[in-house]
Amino acid sequence: MWARGLHRRFGAVAAVQGIDLAVRRGEIFGLVGPDGAGKTTIMRMLAGVLRPDAGEIRLEGVDVVADPERAKPLLSYMPQRFGLYEDLTVAENIYFYATLFAVPAPVRRARSAELLAAAGLLAFRRRLAGQLSGGMKQKLGLVCALIHTPLVLLLDEPTTGVDPVSRRDFWGILYGLRERGVTILLSTAYMDEAERCSRLALLHAGAIRHCDTPARLKAAMPGALLAVVTPDARAAHAALAGAPGLLGLLLMGDRVHVRVDDAARRAPELRALLAGQGIGAADIAPVEPAIEDVFVALLGPGSPP
Amino acid sequence: MNLRRLFAIAFKETLQVWRDPRSLSIALLMPLMQMVLLGYGVSLDIRRVPLCIYDQERSQTSRELVERFVASGWFIAVHHLADARAVRDAMDRGTCAGAVTIPVDFSRELASTGAAGVQTVFDATDANTTAIAIGYAQGVIALAAADFAARWAAAHGTRPPAAGRVDLQPRVWFNETLDSRNFIIPGVVAVILGLVGAQLTSLTVAREWERGTMEQLISTPVTALEVMTGKLIPYFAIGAFNSAFCLCVSVFWFQVPFRGGLGTLVLTTFLFTLVVMGIGYLVSVRIRSQLGASQVALILTMLPTSLLSGYTFPIDQMPAPIQAVTLLVHARYYVTILRAVFLKGSTVLDLAVPILALVLYAAAIVWIAARAFRKRLD
Ligand SMILES: Nc1ncnc2c1ncn2[C@@H]1O[C@H](COP(=O)(O)OP(=O)(O)OP(=O)(O)O)[C@@H](O)[C@H]1O
Ligand SMILES: [Mg+2]
Repeated sequence: MWARGLHRRFGAVAAVQGIDLAVRRGEIFGLVGPDGAGKTTIMRMLAGVLRPDAGEIRLEGVDVVADPERAKPLLSYMPQRFGLYEDLTVAENIYFYATLFAVPAPVRRARSAELLAAAGLLAFRRRLAGQLSGGMKQKLGLVCALIHTPLVLLLDEPTTGVDPVSRRDFWGILYGLRERGVTILLSTAYMDEAERCSRLALLHAGAIRHCDTPARLKAAMPGALLAVVTPDARAAHAALAGAPGLLGLLLMGDRVHVRVDDAARRAPELRALLAGQGIGAADIAPVEPAIEDVFVALLGPGSPP
Repeated sequence: MNLRRLFAIAFKETLQVWRDPRSLSIALLMPLMQMVLLGYGVSLDIRRVPLCIYDQERSQTSRELVERFVASGWFIAVHHLADARAVRDAMDRGTCAGAVTIPVDFSRELASTGAAGVQTVFDATDANTTAIAIGYAQGVIALAAADFAARWAAAHGTRPPAAGRVDLQPRVWFNETLDSRNFIIPGVVAVILGLVGAQLTSLTVAREWERGTMEQLISTPVTALEVMTGKLIPYFAIGAFNSAFCLCVSVFWFQVPFRGGLGTLVLTTFLFTLVVMGIGYLVSVRIRSQLGASQVALILTMLPTSLLSGYTFPIDQMPAPIQAVTLLVHARYYVTILRAVFLKGSTVLDLAVPILALVLYAAAIVWIAARAFRKRLD
């Protein structure tokens, strides 16, 4: 699946401006970016439900812009907002989507049993979708998206609101699909999920700022990273603003990630600065960047183009 | 058109309708209520109008006149009163809708001149009913006057000097006879089916937008035609039930004579339902909120069907430009057809013109509606 030169405006807002991307078969491609970056708009255009102002999309050789209906049997799209029928039961929703994709009844029964078991929803087959918990709804959305065998799977923030255990199961399912050669494109707000993608596109203001594997993105991050662990990380975070050689600061729970130009030279300076402000017992050591650090470094203010 | 997908849409829509008992009961009860309101409003109230009788003379002739009022079936004599104040009180309390005062010299006057005056008073709070009741009273009196005059002529061998003094007012309402009900009820049925049908389907697409289910639906291979057909099926079932219900109430409750063929009725009702549901669906495709869609559908169907269909206001008495506009009102054809099928026993051949008009209308609406739904978010 690839797209070239995608543009889309909503009135004065240029939601997507000049996106190029290519996703190979068997790849899990991640879209990450702040709210309003244009992730949903891209997904909608790829799914053939929103027409781009300009640009070209090909999905398994089908021209999605010119002939979206030919692309639809090949793909599954799970919108960001829950899109199933709340007044239908779990089983009825599955039946509905299976039939729209012309899944034969025996296949439907086998697959739905398998997927519901994997999602932990077997016991809730007869429950109305509207009475499921948020995480369960999200999983049902995924079950419905996977009830036929798509060549391309488009998932817009599929795990938002899903508990960590279910998220792990969910990724198990995605890896299984990847083995079968399904092309997967998803957007996510979770950094641990971004890390699991084979490639990531960092999106900002409707444009892809960086696109590479998570490892190479980390390597491309300018500067070096130091973790400052103190009893009062919040105070340290405030105190470190404006330190010499500082490139970026990120508060991460009980620690502060400090991006500096030269780790060996700056570490003692930072320790002295914190001690001078009365924030002692600081443990400062170099760390491997997490994807959050990359994200902030590459998309935050003053980031490289 | 894939039949399995069509069935899936129809099945899903049916479940949704079924699981929304509030809307379903409104859909089924609305015709009943409207039938009662409109049907009774125009018909049964006007039979058995309660009258007070102030008979000052109490002669055989005056009693005969009272008897003629009652025998007409349009009036009942609820009170026989002894003075004018009592008449006034009875009217104020609402125990009677009208009063007939027969003067002391009624039979004497009649014997000498062949004619006599009678005073009738009606409570005009409900102007329509009153107008009709006055029409009935005039009818009774005119008949009585003619009979009395004939008797006088037979006795005297010459025409009574006062003959022809009974001059009837022109009738305000076009349905003063008992047939009014038979004429009005088929129109009521058409109006009700026209309103309710469009209301039902006006929600169906708007609901998908409002609840956020549209985005996923249009990402599937389902076609616009499958969505429309599948969605209309359950509403057609409700529409068929409502039609059968209203028509049965007309025949078995309001006792409108049914002289035509059942086949003609079913065919034309099917066509009309198609038009009405198509209009509702079209509105639903265009307006993405349920409330908005149902209000637009109400305005689009209410005004034309109630004012321009000929159901209360006869089309041939409208100004020419308005008459031309009524040609675009679908209900006009169905009102014509229903009246003819009920009262005249007209066949499909007799009704070829209005039926053809409905066919064209249905084809145009379905064609437009099928194309109006785009599988796009924008
Ligand atoms: N239908 C629409 N009408 C008007 N503006 C829109 C519409 N859809 C998106 N936008 C605008 O386009 C921009 C991109 O929105 P989009 O939903 O694609 O972002 P996103 O990356 O998915 O954000 P989030 O993480 O919050 O889901 C935003 O500024 C948004 O306000
Ligand atoms: Mg989004």
